[in-house]
Amino acid sequence: MSVKIIAENCTGCGICLEKCPCGAIEIVDNIAKLKDNCTSCGACARACPTKAIEVTRKPKKSAVKLEDYKGVWVFIEQHQGKIHTVALELLSEGRKLADALQVELAGVLLGDDVEHLAKDCFAYGADKVYLIEGPVFKHYRTDSYTNAIVEVINKYKPEILLFGATNNGRDFASRIAVRINTGLTADCTELSIDPETKLLQQTRPAFGGNVMATILCPRHRPQMATVRPRVMKLCEPDYSRTGEIIRINSSVKEEDIAAKILEIVESASKTVNLQDADIIVSGGRGIGGPQHYHLIMELAEALGGVAGASRAAVDAGWVPQYRQVGQTGKTVAPKLYIACGISGAIQHLAGMQGSEIIVAINTDPEAPIFKVANYGIVGDLHKIVPLLTKKVKELKAQKANNKVAASV
Amino acid sequence: MQIVVCIKQVPDTTEVKIDPVKNTLIRDGVPSIVNPFDEYAVEAAVRIKEQFGAKVTVLSMGPPQAESALRKCLAMGADEAVLVSDRAVAGADTLATSYTLAKAIEKIGKPDIIFCGKMAIDGDTAQVGPGIAEHLGLPQATYVQKIREVSTHRLLVERVSDSGYELVSIPLPCVLTVDKAIGEPRYPSVKGSINASRAKINVWTAADIDAPPEKTGLNGSCTQVMRIFTPKIEKHNEMLCADSDEALCDLLLAKLQEAKIV
Repeated sequence: MSVKIIAENCTGCGICLEKCPCGAIEIVDNIAKLKDNCTSCGACARACPTKAIEVTRKPKKSAVKLEDYKGVWVFIEQHQGKIHTVALELLSEGRKLADALQVELAGVLLGDDVEHLAKDCFAYGADKVYLIEGPVFKHYRTDSYTNAIVEVINKYKPEILLFGATNNGRDFASRIAVRINTGLTADCTELSIDPETKLLQQTRPAFGGNVMATILCPRHRPQMATVRPRVMKLCEPDYSRTGEIIRINSSVKEEDIAAKILEIVESASKTVNLQDADIIVSGGRGIGGPQHYHLIMELAEALGGVAGASRAAVDAGWVPQYRQVGQTGKTVAPKLYIACGISGAIQHLAGMQGSEIIVAINTDPEAPIFKVANYGIVGDLHKIVPLLTKKVKELKAQKANNKVAASV
Repeated sequence: MQIVVCIKQVPDTTEVKIDPVKNTLIRDGVPSIVNPFDEYAVEAAVRIKEQFGAKVTVLSMGPPQAESALRKCLAMGADEAVLVSDRAVAGADTLATSYTLAKAIEKIGKPDIIFCGKMAIDGDTAQVGPGIAEHLGLPQATYVQKIREVSTHRLLVERVSDSGYELVSIPLPCVLTVDKAIGEPRYPSVKGSINASRAKINVWTAADIDAPPEKTGLNGSCTQVMRIFTPKIEKHNEMLCADSDEALCDLLLAKLQEAKIV
């Protein structure tokens, strides 16, 4: 695959410069020239009005027989006998992919004494569950989980394999992909099947979320992708569905595991679950100092939500890092996101753009946050936020009273 | 002890502006920085060096300009810098990138610890660290927030989990990817910066690290970008206006009630 500039056709118009997502083209002596960071995506060639850019895609031979690989698999992440919601979201999405391909959907379930979770997998769309049980799989560990999953992949050959982009999912998906020499696309926001080629089209934000890239893995199997929690919609579970449990005898032994977990520490108090919250109220540089963050917390509490923050507020030391929303913090997609005193740097927008309703409160009417907001308020958060808190409380109290009145 | 820290030069996304008309990134004049998480990795390595004695080599793959990112790490206290720069390695996905870095690490020697940031802020994949570990056949601990103990054969580290952390005992050599909680990166000293500006950066080609062309860059990548497009934003976009803050709040609450959120 390569991109070539045909100098005699190039007029130096510069249209390709604008279209290049990588900034990999420059105009030298009135002719476009490719820089080293060109990824051969071909965006320039499609935009060129004078057909001066040529993209050649050499078909390469596959190392594996692609037609041997069938079926869509989802890694069923569980923690202490409870399935991580992202796995159910992926089954919901995987069902659609499997239907489009007319193949089976399977969950891969690892753990110690977790067979009872198979019924949840079936309810969310799985036809099969590959069950790998044993004390060695009680807790997620890179070595045991990687070795066990690679064994089943090599034996049963799925064409698609999906993981939740959790710490654990990201920890071993990449190792698996390297070990079996296939592609892995991180943080997909959309998955679909090309009706002609039957390839998995994996769409993800690129360059800070301002552009989207659709990525293929044409010649290697399985096609692997990770998806962040709350990106795919959960389907309605159907507990009348049943399926087949395939019990796997894994060869993984305790002595094969290099890194040992000595202790698991749950620290519920020091973290907030931003990713699972339906409502998030975040504060940015505009809050003015740590002494004002309580305004944000109070509104979040009144709404029954969680308080977040932008990188600016975290970097200033006003708010702890575990509350940070954005590219270097948590990616969230709540039903309601209220951004208070947040200007809307790309790095923040990348982490919250998927929210259903976005409200922005900012003194600067030109702030980029207003571009992504459903409702914008130009004003001082120090006045508006406490007022809003008061009104939300009143509204809720009123509703509660009405209920009491109705029941009497 | 030998330590290698893998770093990436990335555009500073906090400085990126969007063209209001075309809704595309304005790239001109966007400064390049060391990926923030990688600075934490350098910091972790330099702290081990100060406490236990170690040689710290920073390694990057990228265009010649990435030298400036490596110099910053030298200024922070790293001893040597290696840049793999070659057209043959350009356009790599995470598989080919981790292969190339693994080959470079093999040429550097046999490090006891390989540090990476937990992810890069431009690609966001978190895949290269574990990829390197797999290519080298080493154990890994990702999202490390604290290194509790360092001995000649093992490390005791805290790995961030969804609900707290795991205390992990990991044998050396190993790959660690670090979280921000590992400790604030230091500002380079003036002396460090001056020395770093004069330091020699070792620039290696794919041939230097014995990486065959079919396994690096675009050729070595299993994934392929099919198309790149600007997402259509189909959003109801409304500025609320009213005479008083009071009225503004009422207006907003009415909208939220309409959407059945409050």
